[in-house]
Amino acid sequence: MAQPVELPSKIEVGPVIDEGHSLASVSDKIAGIVLKRKITLAWLFGLVISFALLQCLMAGATWLFVKGVGVWGINIPVGWGFAIVNFVWWIGIGHAGTLISAILLLLNQSWRNAINRFAEAMTLFAVMCAGMFPVLHTGRPWLAYWLFPYPNTMDLWPQFRSPLIWDVFAVSTYLTISAVFWYVGLIPDMATLRDGATQRWKQVIFGFLSLGWRSSARHWQRYEKASLLLAGLATPLVLSVHTVVSFDFAVAMLPGWHTTIFPPYFVAGAIYSGFAMVLALMIPARTFFGLEDIITIRHLNNMAKVTLATGLIVGYGYMTEAFFGYYGADIYEKYETLNRMGGPYAPFYWTLILCNIIAPQFLWFKRIRTSPGILWCFAIIVNIGMWLERFVIVIVSLQRDFLPSSWGMYWPTVWDWAVFAGTLGLFLTLMFIFVRILPMITIFELRLLLPGARVKEPVAR
Amino acid sequence: MAEFETPGQLVAAARRTRLAGFRNFDAYTPYPIHDLDEAMDLHDNRVSLFTLIGGLIGCAGGFGLASWVEAVALPLNIGGRPFISAPMYIPITFELTVLVGGLTAAISMLLMNGLPSPYHPVFNVERFVNASRNKFFLCIESDDPKFDLRETAGFLESLDPEEVAEVAR
Repeated sequence: MAQPVELPSKIEVGPVIDEGHSLASVSDKIAGIVLKRKITLAWLFGLVISFALLQCLMAGATWLFVKGVGVWGINIPVGWGFAIVNFVWWIGIGHAGTLISAILLLLNQSWRNAINRFAEAMTLFAVMCAGMFPVLHTGRPWLAYWLFPYPNTMDLWPQFRSPLIWDVFAVSTYLTISAVFWYVGLIPDMATLRDGATQRWKQVIFGFLSLGWRSSARHWQRYEKASLLLAGLATPLVLSVHTVVSFDFAVAMLPGWHTTIFPPYFVAGAIYSGFAMVLALMIPARTFFGLEDIITIRHLNNMAKVTLATGLIVGYGYMTEAFFGYYGADIYEKYETLNRMGGPYAPFYWTLILCNIIAPQFLWFKRIRTSPGILWCFAIIVNIGMWLERFVIVIVSLQRDFLPSSWGMYWPTVWDWAVFAGTLGLFLTLMFIFVRILPMITIFELRLLLPGARVKEPVAR
Repeated sequence: MAEFETPGQLVAAARRTRLAGFRNFDAYTPYPIHDLDEAMDLHDNRVSLFTLIGGLIGCAGGFGLASWVEAVALPLNIGGRPFISAPMYIPITFELTVLVGGLTAAISMLLMNGLPSPYHPVFNVERFVNASRNKFFLCIESDDPKFDLRETAGFLESLDPEEVAEVAR
């Protein structure tokens, strides 16, 4: 590892940005990916595969609109099938982006500067995928606007005491604020692209998007203030979103759902799966675009540590649930816990324990945290584990509730899978397009990390 | 307009410009430099104020909306529960606080910066493209009371810049 450059924080595993970069070189390198790099076959191949996967969504949604939600495997007693599983999974993934962009900004963690744009883009796309599920799940998505409070001829209003309406507000606020925060961060970088572009049409497009940003110190002063305020507002927001999602469950009286551990445990799970997704996307991207000197091993190491820490909180959540199943003296809670561990969906539960509690323990080893390939495998395992967690929470609680006469099973149909695969396709397609048309790393924040960026005033001449 | 190689030179130059009595001048840098706030005497806190106001409007609006809907527009008596059940309205109140506050922060920042601005004379200087890349600029504007084309150019030269250029209107 090269000798670390001068940095405020303690260096453990290499620097946040490799030596030898200057203000000009980071600008040219990141902007060059957008402005100069040719379309490669590998990128095109990835885009085509993702786009093909996206067509599953078109097919699945079309058939759903034609026939109704009966094409999915949902029925009484399991009325919340894949749609809610995937909704919770996707929205959880989004949380890492806001954590990186807002919370780590407030905590002054400079290593985030190289990864926040990418992670925020992931947030936006994941929330888009998430938002689609409840809307499709209503069965009549063209009437989804009924969820918003507006004066109407039916003289009806939403029920503001319902967690489901809280969800509508939380998710739409989250999407709006994430998009605004992301765009505000993009403005100075758009100016860099505008000034670096040589073709007229690129100058016009980036000039338009940069809103005429001219890097003025008076502007920067207000800009910094607004960024900090947005970060300060987004920090409680990100914690609130998954809390509200967990209320959808916790407020219901169902065994396995009605518990106070849900909000913190959902938020930790969200960050856990989100960081795993950032790792899963960033490890290939940094190799593919040759960004190993900007997204360094130190970043991977730090993200793996956050994954491990939140994974342990999630593990604590599982143990608490199991403990209260045993200790709570409620026969339904007790049965629910036993049904998770030994019922018809027991293999799901044990795979989830394997993926979410056993597997991350390997992240205690620095060797694993600093080997991108192995880390990538663990990131995928964690994502599978978190998807299973949502499945176990949603399905197993519903399939056997208080009366054995109302028990039932749930199996997804091909249309469930089609819509799920389709949102994966949508997410990947958007990511593939994003890395080519916008700077995937925040250039101006990267400049702040350079040793030459510090102000050393010359003594009076 | 003067061009500098390092942020240190720019901050020193900005301080000397202010001490020389110029008020209507601006610095252009590829990333935010906090030392400039002090050197140029910048302390505009209106974005914070507007955000606070926006947040309070969102907060009051959120609670007000939920209360009005549940108590006036569509009152439903469910098991004798109060129409204004404050704890249940907190999530909506909170989300609207963040939504309105966040939008105000972004919009007030852009408006006070005069953005979007499709044209600005500084872009007429050819080397100014580097302001968003790796160079630091200081520009004294012609409507400053102390401005005099020849004298100001001489003053800028005395700051030891890379280059001094006149900005065409």
